[in-house]
Amino acid sequence: MRNAFAKAITALAKQDERIVLLSGDIGNRLFDDFKAACPERFFNCGVAEANMIGMAAGMAMSGLRPVCYTITPFVTYRCLEQIRVDVCYHHVPVMIVGTGAGLSYASLGATHHSCEEMGMLRLLPDMTVLAPADSHEVSAALKAALQQAKPVFMRIGKKGEPQVHQAEPAFQIGKAIVLREGKDACLLSTGTMLPEAMAAAEALGADGISTQVVSFHTVKPLDDALLADVFQRCQVVATVEEHSVLGGLGGSVAEWLADHPTVRAKLLRFGTRDEFLHETCEQEEAREHFGLTASAIADRVKSALA
Amino acid sequence: MNAALTTASIASASELAELELAARQIRFKLVEMSHAAGTPHLGSAMSCVDILVAAYWRVLKLHADQPNDPNRDRFILSKGHAATALYATLATRGFFPTEWLDTFAKHRSPLAEQPAPGCAPGVELATGSLGHGLPVGVGMALAARIQKRDYRVFVVMSDGECNEGTVWEAAMFAPGQKLEKLCVVIDYNKWQATGRSNEIMALPSLVEKWRAFGWNASEVDGHDLGALIRAISRVPDGSGKPVAIIAHTVKGKGVSFMEDDNNWHYRIPKAEEVAAAKKELGLA
Repeated sequence: MRNAFAKAITALAKQDERIVLLSGDIGNRLFDDFKAACPERFFNCGVAEANMIGMAAGMAMSGLRPVCYTITPFVTYRCLEQIRVDVCYHHVPVMIVGTGAGLSYASLGATHHSCEEMGMLRLLPDMTVLAPADSHEVSAALKAALQQAKPVFMRIGKKGEPQVHQAEPAFQIGKAIVLREGKDACLLSTGTMLPEAMAAAEALGADGISTQVVSFHTVKPLDDALLADVFQRCQVVATVEEHSVLGGLGGSVAEWLADHPTVRAKLLRFGTRDEFLHETCEQEEAREHFGLTASAIADRVKSALA
Repeated sequence: MNAALTTASIASASELAELELAARQIRFKLVEMSHAAGTPHLGSAMSCVDILVAAYWRVLKLHADQPNDPNRDRFILSKGHAATALYATLATRGFFPTEWLDTFAKHRSPLAEQPAPGCAPGVELATGSLGHGLPVGVGMALAARIQKRDYRVFVVMSDGECNEGTVWEAAMFAPGQKLEKLCVVIDYNKWQATGRSNEIMALPSLVEKWRAFGWNASEVDGHDLGALIRAISRVPDGSGKPVAIIAHTVKGKGVSFMEDDNNWHYRIPKAEEVAAAKKELGLA
């Protein structure tokens, strides 16, 4: 996904001379093409993320379209107040891209995990929160984000994530993408969990449970129309994310549900628990630890329908 | 008013007398505003008045009737708690009606206790949370280079503000980019909210710190208008380095019973103190 980001931002910057890329001392060689094409618009901001966000805000106030990029916890938790005050309060078009989101860097330990940042950033007024599912969605989301003159946060994985889309999908911020139709259950997946959600739907289908799968790439603003539809039609709606069940997609949908008490479906939330992951493990094992696998998802949905 | 401000020549004695009167009038306005609105931070506002007068009267390339001109010099008052000093300066220079000052901090006034985004013509940044002005100013200076504009960026910070880590992140970044059109002025009044700034953290030597970070740093009497004009107007100075001016100031400057008394970080003047201040400032 990060390679797709680097390729897409380079292509966009060649067309739009307002685009500036700020990196927090990350992506060794990743941005060589960008640097070659637009050397005066690339800044390695060093290991100083708070300053990076403030500078980006200053650039955006001057008419540029800065994009800040580094590992997710450092470009979100570390500089949350700069994002809140310099970017959101001033309502300037700064884009923040967090790489290695969720449990992508499971093996590096909890300092590098980001299972709370969507919750934090979605609380900020004016912020858009995106979690594309694969590299095709990354390119599409980046284009859409730079077309709107607003603060945007986008979390992406690292590299080698399985592709779900065959090509770049039609992409609209706040409009989820239905990948598979179904009538009994609906899996709302955000970010890189989509292949697991697809596999879970496959398994449920084999058991006669018709399961819809949605790439719910925009966590804020929510796709209200889609939620209203699936909560009315299905018996179980599940959110699936590599993020805490508090505050992210699951938290958002739970809040939505509180405002729509008459709908039919029951909500299940798949995500990380309210704890730090202390185990030494790779991403796959971390997902198993939190019940974020196709089989665990299918089992819980099945029990909820029984 | 004629707000076509040009880069300063050294001001003549009569010009300096005029600026000194403007500074006294602004100081009295701040006392009145604090009294009328019941708002704190009067001492902090009083200490940076001469810096603002030097900049807005003699240095900044700014037109009050074109406050959003993309080529204007940028001035950021990063110590947002001294907002009254900025408001009174901008109003006096014609950016907005002076009557607005009478609404300060009242319900629905454009002028809040600390500036909101775009609250009034001439206000570049919402400040109040310390340590934000310099990173944003660095971004504006980089934008000038990318967009091939030749404006300068001035950021006024407090000494207490130098406690913030972002100040030093930006202080390290700007010289790396050779941002010679960027200038920091530190209103070094030796106090922060609840104590001596030199004791709360190891602030001294402030000038040596900025020098070590790669800035062309110098010290100046922050109440000597001629010296301030000379120091601020040398940006850019051709060295390829950003400029840091450590302005030695007195908190509460201009009113004897407020000077260097940190109670005036929070205290609000009573009616009789307003009258005494007017007399001391030679305006009664």
